Amino acid sequence: NTIHIFHHLMDQTTKASGRAGPEHDEEFVDILEERRRSSDLGHALRTFNPHPYRGAPPCSTADLNKAVLESQYLRYVIAMETGSSEEDVREEARGILEEMSQNLQLRFIRLMGYTLTKVFKRLFTGIFVNMEGLATLQQAIQEAPVILMPNHRSYVDFLVISYILFTYDIPVPVIAAGIPLAGMKMVGEILRRSGAFFIRRAIGSDKLYWAVLSEYVKTIVRKGYAPMEFYVEGLRSRTLKSVTPKLGMMHMVLEPYFKSEVFDITLVPVSISYDRVLEESLLAHELLGVPKPKESTAGLLKAGKVLQEDYGTMHVNFGRPLSVRQLCQGKINRCQYNSAPRSKNLPQKPTEEAQACVSWLAHLMVRIQDEGSVISPWSLMACLLLQAPMAVLAEEGLPWERLAERTLWLRRLALDCGAGLNWPGQTPDSDVMSSAVALHRSVVYRRAGRVYLLQQEEPARKRPISPEEAVMRIATAVLMLASYRNQSLHVFARPALLATALHITKSTQRDELFACFCFLQDVFSYEFILVPGELSQDFEEACVLLEKCGAVHISQQEVTLSDMGLEALSFLRALIQPFIDSYQVMFRYLSEEGDPVLTEKQLVPAVRNRATKLILSGELRTYEALSSDTLKNALSALQRLEAVTKLRT
Amino acid sequence: MSCLNFNVSHVLSQLNLCQYLPFHRQEIMKWNGWGYSDSRFLFNKKGQAEFTGKRYKLSGMIIPGLKEWFEGTFGANLQHKSPPILNSSAVRPPTLNEAFVEELKSTGVPFSHDAEDRVFRAYGHCVHEIFALREGRIGRVPDLVVWPNCHNDVVKIVELACKHNVCLIPYGGGTSVSSALECPSEETRSIVSLDTSQMNRILWIDEKNLTAHVEAGIVGQDLERLLNESGYCTGHEPDSMEFSSLGGWVATRASGMKKNIYGNIEDLVVHIKMVTPRGVIEKSCQGPRMSTGPDVHHFILGSEGTLGVVTEVTMKIRPMPEYQKYGSVVFPNFEQGVACLREVAKQVTPDFYLIFSSGHALKPQVSSIFTSFLDGLKKIYITKFKGFDPNRLCVATLLFEGNREKVLQHEKQVYDIAAKFGGLAAGEDNGQRGYMLTFVIAYLRDLGMDYYVMGESFETSVPWDRVLDICQNVKARIVHECKERGVQFTPLSTCRVTQTYDAGACVYFYFGFNYRGLSDPVHVYEQVEHAAREEILANGGSLSHHHGVGKLRKEWMSETVSNVGIGMLKSVKDYVDPNNIFGNRNLF
Repeated sequence: NTIHIFHHLMDQTTKASGRAGPEHDEEFVDILEERRRSSDLGHALRTFNPHPYRGAPPCSTADLNKAVLESQYLRYVIAMETGSSEEDVREEARGILEEMSQNLQLRFIRLMGYTLTKVFKRLFTGIFVNMEGLATLQQAIQEAPVILMPNHRSYVDFLVISYILFTYDIPVPVIAAGIPLAGMKMVGEILRRSGAFFIRRAIGSDKLYWAVLSEYVKTIVRKGYAPMEFYVEGLRSRTLKSVTPKLGMMHMVLEPYFKSEVFDITLVPVSISYDRVLEESLLAHELLGVPKPKESTAGLLKAGKVLQEDYGTMHVNFGRPLSVRQLCQGKINRCQYNSAPRSKNLPQKPTEEAQACVSWLAHLMVRIQDEGSVISPWSLMACLLLQAPMAVLAEEGLPWERLAERTLWLRRLALDCGAGLNWPGQTPDSDVMSSAVALHRSVVYRRAGRVYLLQQEEPARKRPISPEEAVMRIATAVLMLASYRNQSLHVFARPALLATALHITKSTQRDELFACFCFLQDVFSYEFILVPGELSQDFEEACVLLEKCGAVHISQQEVTLSDMGLEALSFLRALIQPFIDSYQVMFRYLSEEGDPVLTEKQLVPAVRNRATKLILSGELRTYEALSSDTLKNALSALQRLEAVTKLRT
Repeated sequence: MSCLNFNVSHVLSQLNLCQYLPFHRQEIMKWNGWGYSDSRFLFNKKGQAEFTGKRYKLSGMIIPGLKEWFEGTFGANLQHKSPPILNSSAVRPPTLNEAFVEELKSTGVPFSHDAEDRVFRAYGHCVHEIFALREGRIGRVPDLVVWPNCHNDVVKIVELACKHNVCLIPYGGGTSVSSALECPSEETRSIVSLDTSQMNRILWIDEKNLTAHVEAGIVGQDLERLLNESGYCTGHEPDSMEFSSLGGWVATRASGMKKNIYGNIEDLVVHIKMVTPRGVIEKSCQGPRMSTGPDVHHFILGSEGTLGVVTEVTMKIRPMPEYQKYGSVVFPNFEQGVACLREVAKQVTPDFYLIFSSGHALKPQVSSIFTSFLDGLKKIYITKFKGFDPNRLCVATLLFEGNREKVLQHEKQVYDIAAKFGGLAAGEDNGQRGYMLTFVIAYLRDLGMDYYVMGESFETSVPWDRVLDICQNVKARIVHECKERGVQFTPLSTCRVTQTYDAGACVYFYFGFNYRGLSDPVHVYEQVEHAAREEILANGGSLSHHHGVGKLRKEWMSETVSNVGIGMLKSVKDYVDPNNIFGNRNLF
């Protein structure tokens, strides 16, 4: 039954996101085009006439906050808090709410609209939106409370959905944001008034904070006067790769349905894809251990230089609205909540059933975001560039013809695997690839028929650079390249895991292959986000895809290699190889390290040092082992597999 | 008594020489629809709606607005008629247990295996039952009907049934809406319908203790009329009281609309006598309350004919109320109305007041169809001056009865509370009208079925904190399911709060739809009702407040009362009726 629903769902999303080439361009409309033709001010001052859920009247910040503070649930929690007087606790709750709450005002949406038009026009050649998705969203918003669930790849997209919805007369969302944003002078307040509400990062066991937050979220969902937007991944992905979803917010959002307080909730996955990301080099540095600057308004203004460059296009793909009621059929027994009064269920931990359902749904949303994302030619090129030896790429370069030829080959493979490709049909292929390289001149450059990896020049060097520094310089470019590869990783993840399993086991038996596939997935569960409990379907899918691209023959019992598919198989294996190599560095370090107890803070730099040495000695080929993200994922996987444990000190 | 009921019984006694239900009920009642044969809604030649007959206040009257409501709500069209196909000859011949019949003859208890008598007792009033009858589709029906005249007759019949292994199905008023009367298709034995209608006497009235000892076959209106003649009443007034019987009330745990004053059936009975295959069960005295282990009455109350036949009941009675007053309140919306009812349930001692209904008024609610509820001035006043949205209005109808002074005092108290929730008093007439409608609403469904409209109501009980959500979600589920199943017109999906308790309320849902274009409308109906019941349970509502389980809601019994609970019920059944003589297979 699950399988059936899932496939049905996938069929639907496939249709909705309009994957697979030709129709693609027709369906997406550049919303900046009109802005370039007509007045920005006119747009900002347009009559805004949205149709909310059930015609719900707008809810002022004061009313909303009052409803939250006076809710039976919060009153109960406040009364239960011990240690200080009830009045003090109430004051504290009020304080939390003040810090948290959004203050959505149309005036600021207009101001935001005006500013963003200016910024977007400067940054992007186009912002492409699927109009059909917008139309279904408009409908869906009138029928049930809507949760907008975008992926998060750049600061730029924080308000882009609000901007689009404002332009098309759809109620503007309230948006869950991290508290650091609130601390930015002016910007924090502008975001607040544009609908952002702010959540602390480490809430831990602060019961009162949890209670205020969850009641706040649930009240917004129940009232349904505005859609709620949040990042199920919990943060901006530093690697442009999907992140294991966080479940806390997801659970809060779903609970009004679980507890039958609303008839249904609609989830709308939104996939935002970039040709080029503003923060690209910042992110690479961060991954290499250069600390992330604290969000500050001054920092933002310094980014002025960043604004001078061309970032190509942005695609915003609104997925098909999904009914929580339908998705949860057979997964949640709502009767379990019937015996407790509605207002008083704080001590109750969510049941295993509910947790499993929330986790499933969260992963599913990530998968649909992946499926809906639009893949650029550059991402395919990045996949290929990364498979060349880096020293060679940096010093000798790669013949352009060869790269172009391989890219066109990979385009076919990607389409076979169902990728939503943004490959302009009217432009000659060679021009498409040339302009992709030109757009990414911060990573690669083309000279005399060869493509080279760009190594950033450091100004005014006093001394010659050390071998370690040289490694870091290449690593910066490699990690940028890896990020762009990551944009299409989800397309190849399943077949690539199978290709690797075929290689490791040297077996043709399905069950052996499946066991190895599961093992790999288990180890790399933080790298490739698959929906829990659907491994056998993923395996089947992988088999079918490999057969489709001619790499294997499948029968009831066996998966056999085909001579035709060696190129595909070796490409797919090579895609996984950097992860295997990086994880092995971590494993080896841990098993060779004498001291069985290590602090987390020391571990990543230590392994990074080890990796640098291995690269210099030629024992390690991948620079991705230097990425703190990869290393942290490896550690999390080990933790999950109970090979290491985290001690709290 | 209420004006309406007074009229009903009064008119009845003039019209029919036979005051009680006759042996052959089909002579005065519809066999494939609700109520008396002479009373029905129809659209006359001018296209006006009319209610025929002389029994009710509404009888012989033209009902303006019904046609528009009917067409507007359901998309029904008077050109598209779906009249019943009359075909009672499709009844299979009876499977008789000759030895049983022979011995039955010697007891002198009247019986019949006439096809019409048997068909009449094979069905209750669920949509699928009536629809099948109208289409002339008749399934398994009882093979024989017996009419015991008293407790001892029942003892004899049950003994014979045990001796000859015959299946007995007790039949009282026949107003079941739970498939309780359906003959199990897998039953191979001869099925005998035990019609209690001739056991209809009040055996004694005890003025000292204010109790009456009554034979269980008596129907509600006869019981009230006879008691009224002596200056008493029971106050038990379920919507079906014209036809439903005392024994049936006991067997299903019935509830009446005045339960806030008088109590539900379990509060009203003092003593029950039931004949089972193991013998007769009754308590040794008429003590008003006992601490003697679990109350054995509660094995009988709600047993739905699976354990035996209730033959005699001692009930509490009360002097007829000295004073009665109707009333009604309009609320700006359903939420406010419910909040008011909750507050009233909290504040007002329930002795002398009654609130019996609150529902979405003007647009969806049935009561609005008979009369434009708010005439001219009032409408302007309510909608313009007070800012009420006519599409969201909600009406509560009230009946106060008892001591005059107290009635007036409680009335004021209730209206004061209502005012706090934005409620406006809307007059006595409207209250009375709402009350009167209760009895004729059931006739409406037959009219619908004449024009491709199928409808039903079902109920639940739910804690106060879930009332609004359950109403919203179940209504939405009905609309949603209809859409899913290809129903072309938006269905009627509405609800009322009909009873209030300290800890919750009873909620009724009304569901009707135009089934033109559907190949199997009954199946669609059943699927939607099934989904609605699931939604009710998921929202913390009960499986049933007073309609019972029957066979229609059996599948949810174990999750409702737990497996241990089912085991308890089964072990009682196994002891009392090891050979499943009372084989209607209700409950579990």
